[in-house]
Amino acid sequence: MFRFKKIRRIQHLPARLSLLLGAALLLCLPAFMPAARAQLSIEITGAGAQRIPIAVVPFAGEASLGPAISAIVRADLERSGLFRGLEVPPLVPHPTEATPVNYSAWRARLADALVLGSVATRPDGRYEVRFRLFDTVKQEPLGGIAYTLSREQARATAHRIADFVYEKLTGERGVFSTRIAYVVKRGERYELQIADADGAGPETALASFEPIISPAWSPDGRRLAYVSFENKKPVVYVHSLTDGKRHVAANFKGSNSAPAWSPDGKRLAVSLSREGGSQIFLVNPDGSGLQRLTSSSAIDTEPRYSPDGKWIYFTSDRGGTPQIYRMGASGGIPQRVTFEGSYNVSPRLSPDGRTLAYIARNAGRFQVALLDLENRQMQIVTDSDRDESPSFAPNGRMILHATVIGGRGVLSAVSADGRVKQRLSATTGDVREPAWGPFIE
Amino acid sequence: MRARMIAVLTAAGLAALLAGCATTTDSEAQSSAGVEDRSAGTKPGAAKPVDPKPVASVDLTASRKDPAAALKDPKSILSQRSIYYDYDKFDVKDEYRPLIEAHAKYLREHPETKILIQGNTDERGSREYNVGLGQRRSDGVKSILVLLGARESQIESVSLGEEKPQVEGSNEEAWSRNRRSDILYSGEF
Repeated sequence: MFRFKKIRRIQHLPARLSLLLGAALLLCLPAFMPAARAQLSIEITGAGAQRIPIAVVPFAGEASLGPAISAIVRADLERSGLFRGLEVPPLVPHPTEATPVNYSAWRARLADALVLGSVATRPDGRYEVRFRLFDTVKQEPLGGIAYTLSREQARATAHRIADFVYEKLTGERGVFSTRIAYVVKRGERYELQIADADGAGPETALASFEPIISPAWSPDGRRLAYVSFENKKPVVYVHSLTDGKRHVAANFKGSNSAPAWSPDGKRLAVSLSREGGSQIFLVNPDGSGLQRLTSSSAIDTEPRYSPDGKWIYFTSDRGGTPQIYRMGASGGIPQRVTFEGSYNVSPRLSPDGRTLAYIARNAGRFQVALLDLENRQMQIVTDSDRDESPSFAPNGRMILHATVIGGRGVLSAVSADGRVKQRLSATTGDVREPAWGPFIE
Repeated sequence: MRARMIAVLTAAGLAALLAGCATTTDSEAQSSAGVEDRSAGTKPGAAKPVDPKPVASVDLTASRKDPAAALKDPKSILSQRSIYYDYDKFDVKDEYRPLIEAHAKYLREHPETKILIQGNTDERGSREYNVGLGQRRSDGVKSILVLLGARESQIESVSLGEEKPQVEGSNEEAWSRNRRSDILYSGEF
């Protein structure tokens, strides 16, 4: 078992964070305490069967930068469950991306891949990080990049390097540079936070004394839609992460809930009770252009677009029990999608549109289920019993979800094959309502 | 008609409750006097003590001065604001009919008054589906109030889903307190 502990300590609040904090202070909230920004810690509780052995050699001079780039790269790769980081003893002379590689020596250490790099301080006070990736089996370099960065960008740079290595060696895009949103509840206080995919560097986008649920990332990753109960009822807001500005997207009579973005970012599907019951509507993110999509006497909620924008999947109890249905993105007669069991909710489509993740209740246990939409095969991929709110990583490999361990809310991630599992928990409080953000271009 | 009867009964019950307090004090005093009498060998009840007694005041004009006072008066049924439900149910049980009828009567008599009904669920299951279930509960209370003569424009029914439990905990005792609709009057939301 591998434990990744907090390694970053922020001396100066980055400008963006200060803005967010300032906005949050203006908005709701008496007594904002920066101490509440405790980071999530990650625990890996499973791994893939075939892991690529990789040596990530400490980058020459990386101590000058603060966080060790090589350690972050290695932790990222290991967390994916597809890599096994090898211990590297101190080497003399210390190899860098510029020195000739002794392939046979690295093969003797059982490394299939090798990352070498260096960190140099520039005269302007910034840093230069260079690295190169090598295939030690084929005995060839697989490329490298040089970055110029400030100290604050060290962690982001390490995630970029991990993404490069991951993509070169697995053929699919890495998600180490993406971010996650989630809600932390501590006592009476709710915080909507954004953190790196590994839980590091949390920033509070909104703090409130009333609940916040259902954060949903806009396709460009710049905004979050969510439901806030600050007005004694659920209201849908759209919140710009860069400047902290937020506005109401749906505040009609009754309840306003369950926002989902269309893939082009122009529409929000929501569940509203303004005309009685809970029915699915479309609305523009600025609150205009309301259009009703479903007409049932049932609860219709949790809408989600398919990635191609053609379908909306949703939860409905029109058949007597809550099940997942789908309809055309502009309405039409819904077709039932789930049939096994009496409680199937919270549909989420994989980025390739082929797999549906949802929460299924089996004998009183709520678990993450995956349904192959082509061959109709269903698989339960978790062994916990209070799972909620599944969310695909943008490369489709992992599914982040909320669960309860020892009476406390934590986030957990499971690979689509159920083998790799990670857990993210805060030192205090309940963590819930995760949403994995999109790729950042 | 029935609502009016309930109001009369409520007022009568209130008076009885107040009178009951006074009577209790009185009877205690009498019985202790009786014991003294017996030990002294005299006939019980022959000698009555003449201590001055505290006066329990009943003020029926209070609610006229501020009609909304009844909403917060613990002795008034109008101060009862929560309706509890069975698991996965949203029908209002018979025991809550008097409560709903009293609120309907109040809304009829005070057409300017507005209320918010918040439906709630226990913690099990999807948060968003629970918002839907809570809405079904608050919509149900609203439709009964409207049937009893309250105006639709006086009432907003919303849902808090599982987000605002009355009792924390993952057991039936907590869950049964959390499956509820709460009625809030103007000024309380």
